[in-house]
Amino acid sequence: MTQAGSVRTAPARAGVASRGRSWLGQGMPRRILVGALGVLALALFWELYIFFGPADGVIVGGITVLPRASEMAMPHLWVMLERVLEPVTGGANAIPMWQAVLEASLFTLGIAAVGWIVGVTVGLALALLMQRFKLAESAILPWIILSQTVPLIALAPLVRRWGAQIEFGAFTWENWMSVALIASYLAFFPVSIGALKGLGSPDANHVDLMHCYAVGWWKTLWRLRLPASVGYLLPALRLAAASAVIGSVVAEVSIGLRGGIGRLIVEYAGAAGSDPGKPWAPIFGSVLVGLVAAGFVGLVSLFLRRFRRGEVAS
Amino acid sequence: MKHSTRWLTTAGAVAAASALVLSGCSASGNSAPSDDSASGDLTPVTLQLQWVAQAQFAGYYAAVDQGYYEDEGLDVTIAEGGADIVPQDVLASGDVDYAISWVPKVLGSIEQGANITDVAQIFERSATTQISFKDKNITTPADLAGKNVGSWGYGNEWELFAGMQKSGVEVGDINLVQQAFDMNAFLAGDIDAAQAMTYNEYAQVLETINPDTGELYQPDELNVIDWNDEGTAMLQDAIWANTDKLADDEAYADQTVAFIKASIKGWIYAAQNPEDAATIVADAGSALPAGHQLWMTNEVSKLIFPSTNGVGLIDEAAWANTVDIAMNTKNETGGTIITTDPPETAYSNEYVQKALDELTADGVDVMGADWTPIDVTLQEGGE
Repeated sequence: MTQAGSVRTAPARAGVASRGRSWLGQGMPRRILVGALGVLALALFWELYIFFGPADGVIVGGITVLPRASEMAMPHLWVMLERVLEPVTGGANAIPMWQAVLEASLFTLGIAAVGWIVGVTVGLALALLMQRFKLAESAILPWIILSQTVPLIALAPLVRRWGAQIEFGAFTWENWMSVALIASYLAFFPVSIGALKGLGSPDANHVDLMHCYAVGWWKTLWRLRLPASVGYLLPALRLAAASAVIGSVVAEVSIGLRGGIGRLIVEYAGAAGSDPGKPWAPIFGSVLVGLVAAGFVGLVSLFLRRFRRGEVAS
Repeated sequence: MKHSTRWLTTAGAVAAASALVLSGCSASGNSAPSDDSASGDLTPVTLQLQWVAQAQFAGYYAAVDQGYYEDEGLDVTIAEGGADIVPQDVLASGDVDYAISWVPKVLGSIEQGANITDVAQIFERSATTQISFKDKNITTPADLAGKNVGSWGYGNEWELFAGMQKSGVEVGDINLVQQAFDMNAFLAGDIDAAQAMTYNEYAQVLETINPDTGELYQPDELNVIDWNDEGTAMLQDAIWANTDKLADDEAYADQTVAFIKASIKGWIYAAQNPEDAATIVADAGSALPAGHQLWMTNEVSKLIFPSTNGVGLIDEAAWANTVDIAMNTKNETGGTIITTDPPETAYSNEYVQKALDELTADGVDVMGADWTPIDVTLQEGGE
């Protein structure tokens, strides 16, 4: 409830709030319409390319610049759709493909969510630390940037190996935790950078004003820096969500975790020739996971919208 | 007031969304296979595979399912592999008790310091082939010169290079194409001769409709270069154990014999009951279509049976040939797998011989001389 209190003391942002209302008003149906049109245009483009595109693709100097429009390389959308409705295999107790993909999507979404939460927490904590102590910034920031240059294929087996050695009491490290950790490793980066930028974004005269009031660091943080950082934080959170999803899918394949979208992509890949619609199902699943993750961050930004004075690309 | 109700709605929506996400997550926690309940006096043993669950490892899954490991006092957990999991590294670092990997891949790791031993050569024959459509006229490695030749790389290319080198074709004489998980590049004609495992990619092609005939591709439309016939086959799936523990830890050495013994029984079961074994693998979590799984079970059995010396026994000539290729075959950058002979500890027949003796004493046929594969009819999509 303290948050609601702090909201009331920010009358200067009423204009933003009213803009938010119109966004919900006539803006919303329009947005949905535009979004649907975008998907439709993509579908239309796909089908048109299959129809008009050269069956053997376009090859310039030995390099394929335009893909083949064959049924194997680019199956019709209805082939993919039909395949999703059919059972996964011909077995008697096989579940429909959409159900298998949905289950895998939920699994991956869960892991990505854990990774995102851990990543955001760590990212915010690091940003606060670096904002508070100049020394921390010069000590940690280079490492944060360096951390993202470690390739996932080097990291994944290490994380799994270290994880396998963790065991205390009833707690044992499960493989899905390794995947979540890798997801958080990718997710924390944009948050820490974005939040650091955002926390440092208030005008010098606002900070000076706080000094004049003899307000402490914590209060300055709460009243001035945090609200100011929202515009930087939201795009960072969205980026973190995307990174967490991609990180989860890739790490699943990398360390061989069963149950998620990553495993389905690998297992269905072999059917690309004989059952062209099949490998596309998990790809749509991962798109779904990405959409839900983005939607979740959208909800968070709804929650913080009265602090948003326009987003800044981090 | 207005503010706080809106705040509440937003908070509610966020809470609902997180609940959804977390429930998906907790479901994942439950479905993770952690079977500790069955272990009484059983010794826990972990086996690291080199890829995800599929019939390539049918014998081990069958041995778990049929209780063969339990009969030997072992509670075996099978750890699936992944794209970046190197089984011999996992074994060398002590995280698992045994690992399945190809000999040439491990030879490189041994030279770099991994202290592990091939204790049972389960696959006697190589499953790697180079396939091409008949109209390309590629029947011998010499015909590969000037062609687009596919390979997965990452240690899967050595038999191909050795076969070519033996026929006087240098790596520079072909156009080496990186092959993906699927056979689309081959089917589309981008690759003239594609790498194919008899138990997997070869079947993938035969499960695909030939647009020219409207029917499935037939074996007689393909030329197959089999490295077993060309004399450049290298030893593939073997059981690897920790060398130091074999020497110092008597319990581990005994357990190794027991593990090999039960594994061989599993493979015999898989060879004699391919349908059941395929089902066991599917129940263990493999999502391959049933027909493809059965084909794979049948084909890997062909790599084991009929056995020349008894399942798992390392043939010294075949080992020497693998080492020779590993030392003398150059890849596209001029490198070889190893530069010096591997240490004596790189393989040992001691444990598998004990296991075979015990099995023979129990009246188990470890040769499979009369074993015949079944006929698997492939369907579109591997169903």
